[in-house]
Amino acid sequence: MAIFGIDTFCRDTIDKELVANCLKSAQGDTTYLHWLLQAWGTAVALSVLALIVAMTFGVLMGILRTTPHRLLVLVGDVWTEMFRNVPLIVQLFLWYYVVPEFVPPLKSVPPFVLAFIGLGLFTSARISEQIRAGIQSLPRGQLYAGLAVGLTLPQTYRYVLLPMAFRIVIPPLTSESMNIVKNSSVAFAVSVPELAMFYRQAGEETSQVLMFVAVTLLYFISAFAINRVMKWVEKRVRVPGMVGGK
Amino acid sequence: MNLDFSFLSWEVIRAYVANGFIFSIQLTLVAMVGGIALGTVLALMRLSGKKWLETPAAIYVDTLRSIPLVMVIMGFYLLIPFMIGRPIGAELSAIITFTLFEAAYYSEIMRAGIQSVPKGQVHAGYAMGMTYSQTTQLIVLPQAFRNMLPVLLTQTIILFQDTSLVYAIGAYDLLKGFETVGRNFNRPVETTLVSAVVYLVICFSLSYMVRRLQKKIQIIR
Repeated sequence: MAIFGIDTFCRDTIDKELVANCLKSAQGDTTYLHWLLQAWGTAVALSVLALIVAMTFGVLMGILRTTPHRLLVLVGDVWTEMFRNVPLIVQLFLWYYVVPEFVPPLKSVPPFVLAFIGLGLFTSARISEQIRAGIQSLPRGQLYAGLAVGLTLPQTYRYVLLPMAFRIVIPPLTSESMNIVKNSSVAFAVSVPELAMFYRQAGEETSQVLMFVAVTLLYFISAFAINRVMKWVEKRVRVPGMVGGK
Repeated sequence: MNLDFSFLSWEVIRAYVANGFIFSIQLTLVAMVGGIALGTVLALMRLSGKKWLETPAAIYVDTLRSIPLVMVIMGFYLLIPFMIGRPIGAELSAIITFTLFEAAYYSEIMRAGIQSVPKGQVHAGYAMGMTYSQTTQLIVLPQAFRNMLPVLLTQTIILFQDTSLVYAIGAYDLLKGFETVGRNFNRPVETTLVSAVVYLVICFSLSYMVRRLQKKIQIIR
């Protein structure tokens, strides 16, 4: 605990010397700033990839749970309860320790990949709940009308139910997307070098407070950016006369 | 891959897992009671209509809700020696952190609960000559609690799941108990599986009970 004002970020991580350009010293050692930015990049990439996994499976399972086929409903229900009732950190351990034992090719996959799959499937359970609620909030008549004009069930979903349901669930999906950024911090447990991992190590080596503020600020900025993107989408797809429309 | 669970005897469970399980429960209950109490105060502050009460409560709630729990757990544990001059144990640190953190989430629930009580109820209280604190304690809060009971309990299940994150500071909870067994017997695959099943069974049965309670409350209303 010797150093450490704001110039900590420009010091290299090995012998704590000030580095002129603030990113890389002449010997090629990285600075705290460089490390922090890398960790941020990892956290953002982890969140975005997990979000893609979560949306894909969440939407699929949410739809299954509203179909008239009992077997499909059961599949969706079991999926949701399984991924919702086990803590995220335990699920990441499952992907890290257990799944590769049963699927040997996964043993050579880096923790980053396992983490975004795990985080994505965990969140898919929450998204499936939102999608299901969105579809069920539509009047029953919409489904019957679709079928009555001769559309098949998949067509009714594609052209009648989903376009409305998606617009209804954008606000809860926005908060789930922001949750993914926050939850990406749990990936430290399977040694993914993201922001929480950075804080754990860099915080120990340098000034705690400064690193804490920097890391939480980056989490905040990332979540806020996702919030803005979702709000933009919400505005773009707004339909006159419908929820949130003008 | 052949799994072998034979090492998981009752003695092993009692020696390693039981303590952790008790701590997880303790942490959940303390953070629930403390979090709801503090959360209710924060909610009342935010709805008080007085700027000097509203602003600090809003800043507290919004700040904590935008920081990942893992960061709060680690940050508090690492920063507390700077603030009070000496370190405190991981367990105590976890209890304080969770209470303060969950208060932010419970306060949002309580705020919705208080707003769900019709305005006429408050006016009726005042009309009968009751003070603000009497109206709040005797009329508003009991109804707010009742309306929000299922949501408060659901949040508590999430809280129970989140207690596993004390892994970040090495506090000895349910997950850590299983992890220790896995390390001692060199069987991390089996213990991870068992811990997942234990959490699944506990959380699923609790959320099933909450859903039944919700239905019951709906009928009465």
